[in-house]
Amino acid sequence: MKNTWSIFKREVKGYFTTPLAYVYIVIFLVLSSFMTFSQYSFFERNVCSLEAFFQGMPLLMILLIPAVAMRLWAEERETGSIELLFSLPVTPTQAVLGKFFAAWSVIALSLILTFPMVITVYNLGDPDVGPIVTGYIGTFLMAGTYLAIGSFSSMLSKSQVIAFVMGVMFCFLFYIPGHPSVMNMVSGVLPGGMVNLGEMVSSESRFDSLRRGVVDFSDVFFFVALAAAWLWANIILLEERRAA
Amino acid sequence: MPLIDIQKLRKTFGSIVAVDGVSFSVEKGEVAGFLGPNGAGKSTTMRMLCCFLPPDEGTAVIAGNDILDDPVAVRKSLGYVAENVPLYNEMTTSGFLDFICDIHRVENRISALERVVESCALGKVLHQQIGTLSKGYRRRVGLAQAIVHDPEVLILDEPTDGLDPNQKHEIRTLIKKMAPDKAIVISTHILEEVDAVCDRIILIDRGRICADGTPEEVCRNGGGSLEQVFRNLTTLDSAEKGGKS
Repeated sequence: MKNTWSIFKREVKGYFTTPLAYVYIVIFLVLSSFMTFSQYSFFERNVCSLEAFFQGMPLLMILLIPAVAMRLWAEERETGSIELLFSLPVTPTQAVLGKFFAAWSVIALSLILTFPMVITVYNLGDPDVGPIVTGYIGTFLMAGTYLAIGSFSSMLSKSQVIAFVMGVMFCFLFYIPGHPSVMNMVSGVLPGGMVNLGEMVSSESRFDSLRRGVVDFSDVFFFVALAAAWLWANIILLEERRAA
Repeated sequence: MPLIDIQKLRKTFGSIVAVDGVSFSVEKGEVAGFLGPNGAGKSTTMRMLCCFLPPDEGTAVIAGNDILDDPVAVRKSLGYVAENVPLYNEMTTSGFLDFICDIHRVENRISALERVVESCALGKVLHQQIGTLSKGYRRRVGLAQAIVHDPEVLILDEPTDGLDPNQKHEIRTLIKKMAPDKAIVISTHILEEVDAVCDRIILIDRGRICADGTPEEVCRNGGGSLEQVFRNLTTLDSAEKGGKS
């Protein structure tokens, strides 16, 4: 536990001594606001809520989270510092969790910094608190799941670019089956069971209910379990391939 | 019981046998020079000792802990500097050493840090980013990292590679100073280094140990100076191999 904390601290410092955290946070804030106001027409809705803000999150996170995660292992392996790390009394589990929580806290910070959006809706009217809270919780959980996927992908290659592309691809696979346009397209062709299955494993549809203020335990469980599974795979891969 | 006890370590990468049944032990107070040509399996053996690479066969016991059963305990009692000294380049020297103390749970951190900063002469670069350090300083930061928790066993992979003569001298003096209460293994292919610091030679070629003993013994058995012995034992083998294939 203490080692996880030491690695966590080192990683968080690493994010902020390099431009990475600043670049990520700025780009996230710019793009999320842009999508809210232009893509998902915040004003034209005439509803005082953050629905427009949360609607774009699944797609935005697919692009940005792997960018935060890509350095986690690819960089260690590229510079060889992984050999240093694993000559210290650290287990793979501690290392994976320390890095994961460090990156997750950077993402948490970027979400906290979207507070002007909350102030805006409260100034404009009297929004429903529930969907705002569950929207943030859902976004945070979904980001954690994507981050676990990204951390795993970062172990696949020494190149951060490849790690990023793989991360985006894996995240996308867990997004697209539940997307309305895909659902409409396949519902006439595939049997209903498969369409439902697609909806079940999609971050888009799981996030959708959280965004609307419905906290279903199975949705929360979905994100947590998926993250745990990818982190577990990350640990296995780390034990197998750290020297490769 | 010896601090380092290696039993028939073997490691293959695909069809290449990197380390082929290496066994030796090193007692407390001994500085063993792990000698051999490039690609002989020195680094691979050392990586297995610090539990970075799992061996295919065999095992080793470091300070009473088995590398297969309890790698974390092994790494606690061991300091390791890898061949190309990987470090976290974005950190400052002091931040980095602090992190290492954190991981090793060094008690009395301030005095431990003062000790290594003085012995590795890092005072000038404490607040400098590691990525901007010269090669000599990088080596010394690597060494400081390995000795800050005062381990019983030190494993140094070519510790003076790329240093100027003054820096080499300093590192060797430091190693000699630490020798009495540690077991130290130094890999090198610089023969003068063996004369300077080692009281034991383990000569390895193509994954196998071909000589083991004090420098005098090895020279006597090999018939000649250390350089001649080295050339005889290692090049003869490769010439033979070339002839057969």
